[in-house]
Amino acid sequence: MTIQEIQAEIVDEFSMFDDWEERYQYMIDLGKDLPLIEAAYKTDEFIIKGCQSKVWVHAGLVEDKVVFTADSEAIITKGIIAILIRTFSNQVPSDIISADTEFINKIGLKDHLSPTRANGLVSMIKQLKMYALVYQTQLN
Amino acid sequence: MNTKTLDITSVRKDFPILDRKVNGKPLVYFDNAATAQTPKQVIDVIVDYYSLYNANIHRGVHALSQEATDLYEASRQTLQRHFNIKEASEVIFTSGTTHAINIVASGFSTILSSGDEIIVSALEHHSNIVPWQMLCEKTGAILKVLPMNDHGELIIDAFDDILSDKTQLVFVNHVSNALGTINPIKEIISKAHGFGAAVLIDGAQACPHIKPDVQALDVDFYVASGHKMCGPTGVGMLYGKREWLEKLPPYQGGGEMIAEVTFEKTTYADLPHKFEAGTPNICGGIAFGAAVDYMNSIGFDCIAAYEQELLDYASVKMKAIEGLKIYGDSTQKASVISFNIEGIHPYDLGSILDKLGIAVRTGQHCAQPIMDYFKIPGTVRASFAFYNTFEEIDALISGIEKAKFMLL
Repeated sequence: MTIQEIQAEIVDEFSMFDDWEERYQYMIDLGKDLPLIEAAYKTDEFIIKGCQSKVWVHAGLVEDKVVFTADSEAIITKGIIAILIRTFSNQVPSDIISADTEFINKIGLKDHLSPTRANGLVSMIKQLKMYALVYQTQLN
Repeated sequence: MNTKTLDITSVRKDFPILDRKVNGKPLVYFDNAATAQTPKQVIDVIVDYYSLYNANIHRGVHALSQEATDLYEASRQTLQRHFNIKEASEVIFTSGTTHAINIVASGFSTILSSGDEIIVSALEHHSNIVPWQMLCEKTGAILKVLPMNDHGELIIDAFDDILSDKTQLVFVNHVSNALGTINPIKEIISKAHGFGAAVLIDGAQACPHIKPDVQALDVDFYVASGHKMCGPTGVGMLYGKREWLEKLPPYQGGGEMIAEVTFEKTTYADLPHKFEAGTPNICGGIAFGAAVDYMNSIGFDCIAAYEQELLDYASVKMKAIEGLKIYGDSTQKASVISFNIEGIHPYDLGSILDKLGIAVRTGQHCAQPIMDYFKIPGTVRASFAFYNTFEEIDALISGIEKAKFMLL
């Protein structure tokens, strides 16, 4: 599936929820369920520092696609990371670079992606794109 | 002496913002230590300023300028009376506490020399650490830290060990922003003076709860912020003893702070103008005075007694929540509770509480050394003001229970 298709699918999933509690509970469950990153990568080298919570991101190239893993100390942040990884991972670098994250607004999580929230998510998205850019250069 | 009791219904009517809803729920505002809300008495003063006498001060011959000047200077006198400051010219208007600290730190760069020592407490806000580190880098002075214990209290015995004839300056907050501890500043000031060191007390967190008497404290510098005291943001105060303020060089050059300017030499204006370069925050200064008047009309005894009741009520209820740990349990505490729930990140708890209309602070509270001490990523901080209610604390308690249910 393309990034856009996955994002549309996520928006569709979230439209089933009636209120914030159900949305948050779903994200919390996503955050709890997914072991997102290997312990070896949960080091300062892969850290993105937010004042509120730390985020770790790792990337690797499998054939022509970028595979991301990530984690966070905060479970709501981790849930959002799970959603972001689902859209960005296993995609070709050029698609990652050109993708946007508008769908986050549509699923009612806009607040968490605010640059002033200082939870590391905005920097994380930048980092995902930076990795894609590096791999794009390598592939060319 | 009978302390009048606080009429909470009438007090709450003074604060229009308390009527609003957040995420569809009535606002419960427990982030008072970050900024206090503004009563209509202060909002009216701000509106009046721009509606009636907006003009630049201290230089006009026209009526508006004179009126604005009179009100601005009257506000300075209000602060003088409130803090029991000897002369109004020892009251410097600043943009806030951080600005006030920087005036002193910058000034001391001309006084300190290599090998001199300055002492900062382990309980400080970054704004009372970073300027001194910069000062040390510039002058070669050495920064020493007055440590704290597990209760979040400063270890006064350790102060004797680090104080010496080399100590030039001591910086301590009156109340810790992260934990709420009320520090024994009178003792600290007197010990520091014993070694000839000057003392700056950061009163940002104390002034919403306590009415300090700077002459009784014999403190050399005392700083405060308007917005923590029901005033507007962007205005604060530096109090300094005249002898110190005369010794320190000006912080910024510009208009207002000069007596005479030729291309060969400039002579600086007298206090307080020497430290008030450029057009000040005139409206903010006037409104700061109005805020202090407002708080005095409620009465600080009354405020302190009511906030203590809120603190006691919340402490008992919160301690009953399984897995909840309070950081900073000094017996001398302002109405601030910094806490965590085992297994829950403060960001998550804060995010759920926000959805319930409850405003708390989460994170390191600009006091990373304190978080490092407790080995935690941060805390959730609920800080209560005299316009908060017991029912709001009940809402916080059930919000925490709900968040636990969702997150654990």
